[in-house]
Amino acid sequence: MAETGNVAPIASLDVVDRLIAGDRRALARAITLIENGSPQARQMLARLHAHGGHAHIVGFTGSPGAGKSTLVMQLARELRRRDQRVGVIAVDPSSPFTGGAILGDRIRMQELAGDPNVFIRSMASRGSLGGLAVATRDAVRALDAAGFDTVIIETVGAGQAEVEIVRAAQTVIVVTVPGMGDDIQAIKAGILEIADIFVVNKADRPGADQTAAELRMLLSLDEHRREREWRPPILKTNATTGEGVAALADQLAKHLASLRETGALASRSGRQAQSEMLALLQQAMMERIAATIAPDEWERLVQAVVERRSDPYSTADALARRIGLVPEA
Amino acid sequence: MAETNEQRKIRVLVAKPGLDGHDRGAKVIARALRDAGMEVIYTGIRQTPPMIVEAAIQEDVDAILMSILSGAHMAIFPKVMELLHENGVHDVLVMAGGILPDEDIPAIEAMGIKGNFGPGTPLSAIIDFVRANVSPERMSQELPPLAPTAGASFEATPAPAKEAQ
Repeated sequence: MAETGNVAPIASLDVVDRLIAGDRRALARAITLIENGSPQARQMLARLHAHGGHAHIVGFTGSPGAGKSTLVMQLARELRRRDQRVGVIAVDPSSPFTGGAILGDRIRMQELAGDPNVFIRSMASRGSLGGLAVATRDAVRALDAAGFDTVIIETVGAGQAEVEIVRAAQTVIVVTVPGMGDDIQAIKAGILEIADIFVVNKADRPGADQTAAELRMLLSLDEHRREREWRPPILKTNATTGEGVAALADQLAKHLASLRETGALASRSGRQAQSEMLALLQQAMMERIAATIAPDEWERLVQAVVERRSDPYSTADALARRIGLVPEA
Repeated sequence: MAETNEQRKIRVLVAKPGLDGHDRGAKVIARALRDAGMEVIYTGIRQTPPMIVEAAIQEDVDAILMSILSGAHMAIFPKVMELLHENGVHDVLVMAGGILPDEDIPAIEAMGIKGNFGPGTPLSAIIDFVRANVSPERMSQELPPLAPTAGASFEATPAPAKEAQ
């Protein structure tokens, strides 16, 4: 271990250089810096952004136990057969009580071990809702800059509202299983609208055809699709045996081609960049507020609102003026 | 360090090397570490040394805990340590637990493997041990410089795009 006293501060630019040159440890370290919100991370990310933009970013979402991890493993194997380099970010939930997490997605991905052109990183959601961790998009940026052809994001098992993945991925795959009955109806509003490709996994089980038919019917009713040029295909897979996975890889390629042809890729990227910039601005504002208003003053302001000596609107207006967000009245 | 520990989650790889499939103990420990606020990457059973080291690298963990009951530790542990060193991984706390005969402990410790948690070790002792022994430098916001890597690269990327101004 290095002597603590005279260690030069970590050369994060060096980490970027090494990551781009193909050093797995530098890539892993970069993701750690990103995840921890380290001060060097921003400057590093600015450089990484310039090197990215080549990867196809694919999101997997769906109920817990639907087989996402196994399917990701099979898809990664299939893409390797097609000579693509594959990065995977697997997000699992953090405990809301202890902040700890068990990240078990690697268990299903053991068959990928030993292949230097596959990189898997597990990530805890760290209190973030929406199915992703705060750092997920930036971790994707690191994998993209490292030259992976496809970057797969596996969300935490998602229910109805975890649609963050739309802002992170170019192609969203929604995984469902037969026998969920009315649950298909339940997911209609949230997750159904974000799918570019539907997968009915565990298709060897009874009811797979019916589930596919129900999805087809729901889709035919869906008037609000973002891009009308692409009709989401409904695929049946068996992730354990790998059946249907080659067809899934074909559809991924087709979707990417369609996004490029129709210009939808550019508009999606625009929306994603916009939401990222807004999130960063929001964060900067929160930091400014925290730096300007001491906790005890904050406490007093809150208390005054609670006791109705003041109201939230004028308090917020006054604070916004104080941090320079709006000009003095 | 208590303060930085709170900002920085401790990431632990819990691995089951070798051919025995009894991972109840490993799972109990994984759960206990999670409940102590750590992020635990569990590999599943039947891990080879290269699989363990590769997972530790990709996940950039602060600690590795190997659980082994099969008696193959004197074959597996040296290989794991060798691969870690080959890959330039020097700042990760490596621990072991399971069935480790007393006469092997000095040799295991000489390899740089700590802890050696046998049956009956209280979970709190393991948690405290991890907290006390992870590298303090790894726990700081500014991580220490990355030691050079030898032979740990994926295929080199095609010439990088031009630098932003």
